[in-house]
Amino acid sequence: MSLANYVLRRVVVTIPVLLGVTAITFSLLHVAPGDPIDVVTGFQNVDDDVEASLRAEYGLDRPVWEQYLVWVADVLTLEFGESPVTGRDVGATIAERLPYTLLLGGSAWLLSLLIGIPAGVVAAVKRGEPADEVSRIAALAGIATPNFWLGLVLLLVFGVHLGWFRVIPPDAPLLSLEMLWFMLLPTITLGTASAALVMRLLRSSMLRELNEGYVRTARAKGLRERTVIWKHVLRNSLIAVVTVAGLQITLLVDGAVVVEQVFSWPGMGRLLVDAIGRRDFPVVQASVLLIGVTVVVANLLVDITYSYLDPRIRYDR
Amino acid sequence: MALLEVEDLVVQFYTEDGTVRAVDGISYEIDRGETVALVGESGAGKSVTCLSLLRLLERPGEIVSGEIRFDGRDVLGLSDEELRDLRGNEIAMVFQDPSAALNPVYTVGEQIAEAIRAHEDVTDETARRRAIDLLERVEIPDAASRYSEYPHEFSGGMQQRVVIAMALSCEPDLLVCDEPTTALDVTIEAGILELLEDLAAEFDTAIQLVSHDLGVVAGLCDRVQVMYAGEIVERAPTEELYYDPKHPYTVGLMASIPRIGDDRDELPTIPGSMPDLVDVPTGCRFHPRCPYAEEACRLRAPSLVDVETGVPADEPAPNDHLAACHEYTDDLVDGLDYEVVVEDGGGLE
Repeated sequence: MSLANYVLRRVVVTIPVLLGVTAITFSLLHVAPGDPIDVVTGFQNVDDDVEASLRAEYGLDRPVWEQYLVWVADVLTLEFGESPVTGRDVGATIAERLPYTLLLGGSAWLLSLLIGIPAGVVAAVKRGEPADEVSRIAALAGIATPNFWLGLVLLLVFGVHLGWFRVIPPDAPLLSLEMLWFMLLPTITLGTASAALVMRLLRSSMLRELNEGYVRTARAKGLRERTVIWKHVLRNSLIAVVTVAGLQITLLVDGAVVVEQVFSWPGMGRLLVDAIGRRDFPVVQASVLLIGVTVVVANLLVDITYSYLDPRIRYDR
Repeated sequence: MALLEVEDLVVQFYTEDGTVRAVDGISYEIDRGETVALVGESGAGKSVTCLSLLRLLERPGEIVSGEIRFDGRDVLGLSDEELRDLRGNEIAMVFQDPSAALNPVYTVGEQIAEAIRAHEDVTDETARRRAIDLLERVEIPDAASRYSEYPHEFSGGMQQRVVIAMALSCEPDLLVCDEPTTALDVTIEAGILELLEDLAAEFDTAIQLVSHDLGVVAGLCDRVQVMYAGEIVERAPTEELYYDPKHPYTVGLMASIPRIGDDRDELPTIPGSMPDLVDVPTGCRFHPRCPYAEEACRLRAPSLVDVETGVPADEPAPNDHLAACHEYTDDLVDGLDYEVVVEDGGGLE
């Protein structure tokens, strides 16, 4: 099977999974305690007539399955309705927040790979030497440090004491220089643990691969050691890293809740927490759905990357 | 001057149990175009010897002393750059298990072309064409389309053909084959051996063949060197070794080969097993397993001597027959007592 065929098949298989995601997202909120109508009425006692007309207005008087179908149809056209709390369009609210989260999560993700992969390779090649020991201790510290604490310390040292960074985001467009500079600390905060994880994983899978016969063949052919490591060993070792890196993509959308709080970053994580507190059902639904879809898409990307890295995987299923 | 000269090579492995002398002072040489076998049981040091030639040993293994000269150059003294130039280009290797020797994530064609590009200043297209040409020469059908297939799409025999194509890609002077057919079906084996023989003749490549299978050796090699516990215990032209083995270990090896028309119920085996190389036996290393061992064997190590004259040969000619047994320096009281029966139709190919 060619790579293109394989990808097509994987994409098709994803469709029922996505439908499942919508069903679970929708039912979660209906199982959760509390009645959305209370939010609309501001938790006041109102006439039954008024309540009935409100229910009719929001479609809450119809059977659950009908509500679900209406919702799915809306979602498919990217229509998420209007928040009963703020009165704003949910799609627009998310569209406003999403770029912040994507940019912060994306740069943290990139940072974790840019540091984790070379460090992992060096640690494996220089096994037992000082470089390996140093990276091992750094990785241990990186994994063990809670990110909110790291964020606060970075803010305290570089923001408050040294004054190199602002402690809240500047009032500037997302892609301005000031904003990108501000983003440096949250990126480090969010990316450190992932970088450490990627590095350790890559180190151990490289050590395993270095014992494989093809490494000896590559050397026996007279290839440069650099080629042996970066071309032959690395590609075989990346499978383990891809799994983790793929799952970390979900951090793009949902994982940064705490870090966004620490740095007052106006992203999806804070939006979701606020919405839950206010029982802003349409916002919660849309956010949770987005997170679910991200997870599914991340897994799809992981699978496709696997099959690109290792042709045997295309045949196994 | 021989193409390859190995002199007093000593290789040690540093393990938790102690220092293992996997190869203990072996010397041999291979001439241009010659095919020489290294035979012996597992653990005799055959593979380690092969890896040493290309300095491919990894920790905890280390070449402790000795010399390896290839085409007059001191292999152990080469710089990294010179060593890379030697590997694959002048000495190439065929490994035991082809499925492990090929990288699963690159196409077989790329793995051959890569070897060509590493040594010659060629365009990608030229390297590709030559790789396809090599696949044809190792008799892989439909070479051009199989170029872009992955190792797992090939059978074991076809994979070994790819490895051979890779090894021959830069027309090396010496091909080191470490049990090239051990991992393959017996039916595939003959084809691979024939291919090796033809190609070696065609490219005028010398071969060092490692095997524990004396049948394989008989078909392919000019000379045989028998290794035991890190030492060479006998060397002779193939035919002479088969008809007239001189070392008790070689005799044991020969007796344990099954033959067609054999009416023995059970094949004789050599009693015991290869000694622990951390703590080698005193005297002759084979004495604990040797049916003819005497007091002298426990006390002194025999040296490799000419079986006719009993004189150690410093620079043996290819056809000399040498063995490391006290019998040939007249140090045994009772002597060796065995008989070689040559059956009709038995003989060598």
